[in-house]
Amino acid sequence: MAPETITPALIEDHGLTPDEYQQILAAIGEEPTLSELGIFSVMWSEHCSYKSSRAYFKHFPTKGPRVLQGPGENAGIIDIGEGLCVVFKMESHNHPSFIEPFQGAATGVGGIMRDIFTMGARPIASLNSLHFGAPEHPRTKYLVNGVVRGIAHYGNCMGVPMVGGEVHFDACYNGNILVNAFCLGIARHDEIFKGKATGLGNPVIYVGSKTGRDGIHGATMASEAFDDAAQERRPTVQVGDPFTEKLLLEACLEVMRTGAVVGIQDMGAAGLTCSTFEMASRGGTGMEIELGRVPTRAAKMSAYEILLSESQERMLLVAAKGREDEVLAVFQKWDLDAVVIGHVTDGERVRIRHHGETVVDLPVHPVCDGAPIYERPQGQMQPPTLPNPHPEPIHDANRALLEFFGTPIFGDRSVVYEQYDHMVQTNTVVRPGADAAVLRIPGSTRGLALTTDVNARFCRLDPYKGAVLAVAEAARNLACVGAEPLGVTDCLNFGNPQNPGVMGQFVQAVKGIGDACRFFRIPVVSGNVSFYNETEGTQIYPTPTIAMVGLVDEPRADVSGAFVRAGDRIAILGSSRGGLPGSLYQLWRHGGISGGLPAVDLEAERRVQMVVRQAIGDRWVTAAHDLSDGGMAVALLEMAVRSAQLGCSILSQPEGLTWEEWLFGEDHGRVLITYHGENEERLFELAEQFRVPFEAIGRVDEGRVMIPAVRVDLEWSAIHEVWRAGLRRVIE
Amino acid sequence: MRAKIAITIKPDVLDPQGKAVLHALHDLGFSAVADVRVGKYFEVELEAGTAEPEAAIAQMCEKLLANPVVESYHFTLDEGAR
Amino acid sequence: MTIGIVVFPGSNCDEDIRRALVDELGAEARFVWHKETTLPAVDAVVLPGGFSYGDYLRAGAIARFSPVMRAVRDFAGGGGYVLGICNGFQILTESGLLPGALMVNRSLRFICRDVYICAGESKAALSARLDAARAFRVPIAHQEGNYVAEPETLRRLNAEGQIAFRYCSSGGVLDEAANPNGSLENIAGVCSPNGRVLGMMPHPERCSSEALGATDGAEILRAWLATR
Repeated sequence: MAPETITPALIEDHGLTPDEYQQILAAIGEEPTLSELGIFSVMWSEHCSYKSSRAYFKHFPTKGPRVLQGPGENAGIIDIGEGLCVVFKMESHNHPSFIEPFQGAATGVGGIMRDIFTMGARPIASLNSLHFGAPEHPRTKYLVNGVVRGIAHYGNCMGVPMVGGEVHFDACYNGNILVNAFCLGIARHDEIFKGKATGLGNPVIYVGSKTGRDGIHGATMASEAFDDAAQERRPTVQVGDPFTEKLLLEACLEVMRTGAVVGIQDMGAAGLTCSTFEMASRGGTGMEIELGRVPTRAAKMSAYEILLSESQERMLLVAAKGREDEVLAVFQKWDLDAVVIGHVTDGERVRIRHHGETVVDLPVHPVCDGAPIYERPQGQMQPPTLPNPHPEPIHDANRALLEFFGTPIFGDRSVVYEQYDHMVQTNTVVRPGADAAVLRIPGSTRGLALTTDVNARFCRLDPYKGAVLAVAEAARNLACVGAEPLGVTDCLNFGNPQNPGVMGQFVQAVKGIGDACRFFRIPVVSGNVSFYNETEGTQIYPTPTIAMVGLVDEPRADVSGAFVRAGDRIAILGSSRGGLPGSLYQLWRHGGISGGLPAVDLEAERRVQMVVRQAIGDRWVTAAHDLSDGGMAVALLEMAVRSAQLGCSILSQPEGLTWEEWLFGEDHGRVLITYHGENEERLFELAEQFRVPFEAIGRVDEGRVMIPAVRVDLEWSAIHEVWRAGLRRVIE
Repeated sequence: MRAKIAITIKPDVLDPQGKAVLHALHDLGFSAVADVRVGKYFEVELEAGTAEPEAAIAQMCEKLLANPVVESYHFTLDEGAR
Repeated sequence: MTIGIVVFPGSNCDEDIRRALVDELGAEARFVWHKETTLPAVDAVVLPGGFSYGDYLRAGAIARFSPVMRAVRDFAGGGGYVLGICNGFQILTESGLLPGALMVNRSLRFICRDVYICAGESKAALSARLDAARAFRVPIAHQEGNYVAEPETLRRLNAEGQIAFRYCSSGGVLDEAANPNGSLENIAGVCSPNGRVLGMMPHPERCSSEALGATDGAEILRAWLATR
């Protein structure tokens, strides 16, 4: 390539500010080549450098007695005893999924799985947290179908079960959907690998798919707000090949067992550039690479293109010198390309040649750690107001409840999760649709519980409390399957950080997650930030998605959130105050949300969770279901529709609350339980011992849901019908 | 020499994809559409001077590219292409 | 009793069937890499589920040409017992070891959920050991499970008792509502004329453990093992 003059326009095209360019000049002491500019462009992008968010990560508790690896590696690692550990992470693929939903979501799944198996762990479960625009928005159907098919396409072929997650709809995501993919793997302690390049002269090996022109500048795309031109960027979206990744998974795990691998890292965002520099950085070494040896798919690719390509299903591996052939033989067995493209050097510089000509010669640290850290101005968002403050009063609670429950927000998710293979690997004990998924751990009698949670409406009203509540709800969902939390990974989805209101939301939410995790003693071991979820000035609600992993002593298929037996009693653990601000009922009635959130009582939350866990462990309850979206009324209907035609009779009264607050209030720290009458006394005593309010509200019945205090009387089949149709209407 | 091969579901076998596309076209107002069959299209590049290219392509279709139980194939050979 | 489990590139239920046969049912099993040209000394062969060759082109179409398939064909030809589950069934039909073909589901979607199947009266070797009237609850997980065969083939399958499993309701009724994917005559599995080569779309290995709260699959696999 002819030498290019680095012009201000070229710098701007690379998403770098004039200030940042001056810092590059100061760091390297000369004008960069075009390839070097490209490298800085991706490595200093928001997506790779976390330059607007990094300053605030100190709020997260990242240590704990079980933490084997906190943030900073490809994924976090937590010890689960018996010589085993779990490796997990969640990552966003929001922007690519909006532009091309099928491939965007598919490659998101592929990317997060590579993060897990690159550490030596076999992926055993996935989750995904999806946020789409309003169900009636013209693009929503297309986006939901594309994303779900993309996730299914990739995950099913990989043979990693997709065991849970969430699907939300809100108009705030009309122009920016959220696709957050989580993956968890399991390994023995002595099987863990890290992305480190060490050992002078050790060969650097390129493995996997050939490099094409796809995805060039994907990492910078994820760091820009959308405008009308976004549609034209389709060519930069990568195409996933799950079959090749399945081979890569098996080959990598096999090659790791040879003992010839020193370090390994996947090529994700910023491709070969990111993996070479980061591996050198972690190892305190340098590298020399010859790009002419990189297998390419397209003819005549330039050095710049090879370095910045985001072609999928590729890994960079450092082998022990002299054992290259063992490594190459394994990849050959799996019919994968594997080529020695360079070696580890000292001096902490990466030197890259293209057919002998030096195209990059850069010190490692300015590229990896030299990006500026911004503490951007923080402001406050205007509090939202209700579009329709005084809707027509409702006189028929029966009809209102059925209509509300029939919205896509609550609709049966099986239309989504039945497209995912959620049983492969035969570990899935509690399947999708419950509060949390439960897996048996291969080679152990214990189990794992997994959930993702966030209530973005709460975060919009109060980002600090909303984030605290997201952590609390995740822990509560785990408690509802009897699990003790082990750790958290998060995806922090926000608008444009250069908007002070958004930046304020971000910092508050980070503090909220940090405080809540500290309170519950749950470490944050990995995560990711997605900024610039903004379209033409409209910001998404702050959406800090929490994925939480827990440990279950005895995984059981028989406790889930469904009514089990007519005659069982029903009680609410926790106090009901009838909070409607930010609730789905408020949104449904008023076309928007407004108001302040009450104080969050984490101590009360903790006690409720302890009671639930113990009651499940002692087999005193037959079902447990977290009270959240839609309040008590929706929780009861959900337990009914998931059962074999069981309903309930609710005999309590809305004391001190309006009927709407009573039915639909979304106060945190509450769990619905069902139990045999003979266990009531001991459950009551257990609750009293932990000072948890215990309110017996009724019993499980055949065939209908009756709440006489508000004249609700619905047949099971009617409830089931609207529930079955709610989401299918959007998708089909 | 390039072979252009089209593979479609046999006329007497239900083609669920074709049916879905037919419905979608009707929904879009293309009421004149009587039927749709969805298939696959291949371009196979043959070395110049390949002996009996028709037979070779037919064999490829029978053995791998088509499933003779449910699919039929037809192809054209383009001598000049490269 | 040793079972050979063939591993194709893209197989992903190979470990699951091993776990069910070995850990739950006490059989022995060994994996057989698809590039092998001979089978080791085994009493029966399983072609497991998954996405061999990514299911690119057509499910099972490329795996059929793996070197090991010649040995599998010889094994079956010599009266050996072969079980193909899901992708394994697709490979068996593509190979011509079983009649018919598996097309994309009627819904055009991948479907993963429990269904009920019944064995009925068939000459499939295992069916003698299964209650013909019982509905077994077994998961399916596939995008191409819509069984089709030419009318003449279908007539022969019925006449010769080669239909090993059909989808049914929980009460054992064969009706359209119980048909998850559009298969002709609710067909979920078929066998060879000698009853020893069996292909089925549902996954018995996924419901073979008390720990998962589902054991109907273990009964099917136990019946299959006992036929040897």
